[in-house]
Amino acid sequence: MATESHKADSLGKYLLVYVCILAIAGLQFVVAYQPIDKSRMLVRMLSLAIVEAGLGVMFFMHLWQEKRGFLWFVAIIAVFVLAAMNYSWPDSFRMLVGAPFSK
Amino acid sequence: MSQAELTMGGHTSGMARPFAIPTKKLAMWLFIIADTMTFAACLVAYGFLRNGTANWPTPFKFSPTVVNAMVMTFVLISSSLTMLLGVRAAKAGDKSGAFRWTMITAAAGILFAALHLREWLGMIDEGVRLFQNPWGSGLFGAAFFSITGLHLLHVTSGVIALIIVGLRYKGGRYNADDIEILGLYWHFVDLVWMFVVPLVYLLNVAR
Repeated sequence: MATESHKADSLGKYLLVYVCILAIAGLQFVVAYQPIDKSRMLVRMLSLAIVEAGLGVMFFMHLWQEKRGFLWFVAIIAVFVLAAMNYSWPDSFRMLVGAPFSK
Repeated sequence: MSQAELTMGGHTSGMARPFAIPTKKLAMWLFIIADTMTFAACLVAYGFLRNGTANWPTPFKFSPTVVNAMVMTFVLISSSLTMLLGVRAAKAGDKSGAFRWTMITAAAGILFAALHLREWLGMIDEGVRLFQNPWGSGLFGAAFFSITGLHLLHVTSGVIALIIVGLRYKGGRYNADDIEILGLYWHFVDLVWMFVVPLVYLLNVAR
């Protein structure tokens, strides 16, 4: 399983990714205290979380070093299903405004 | 060509290593994809409840809850780095180094779990239960404890796996590949936390 690319990895690169992830996590805490509405806060926090997770998957989990076909396999399945799940939650606005059925 | 030959051929050539990834590693990736969906379903359900509930409470004060979440985040992200160092050491054939980093990662996982349990006990002391709390919608407790509990279960399983795999690696029964595969799981647990913190903690901060 060990590949040449794994061996050639420098520790510095991983430390840089670690510092970046820590910094982005810190930014999330800063965003939590910004005077903005919850929907904008949600978008900002989720954007930061996606960047954080992307760095983790690509570098800590070495997905970047796998075959491109595998990278696409993981990305397409994950993005499609995660996007499809979001089909349901906007319906909660209907509950919030008290309308029993959509009009 | 007979069915048997096709089957044999399938197992020994093209089907043996899809994407040129070893079977155990591919199995872990498939598990991670499936588990991602589990957490995503929980978080989407939480989003539905939170958005559709008018009196959703926002009880988390800077101290102790947000500070505790910051420390837990730091511990978990740092444990990903120590896991990475363990995998690197294992790949380089440094057996004692790999074992040491794996055990340090397990210790970080134990610290994370201890901080998490301390926080849970503090909330329970304040009257938060699965279906009631002193602040607003009773669904808050169900959402909070189920999502953080599912994550804590993953951390606890990971710590047990780290100790077992680390000891077996040290004893020569497991090899560097097993450390790498376990590392994938540990990084995944870390990645999930990156979504749990903003959605479950930071969107419920008291102002």
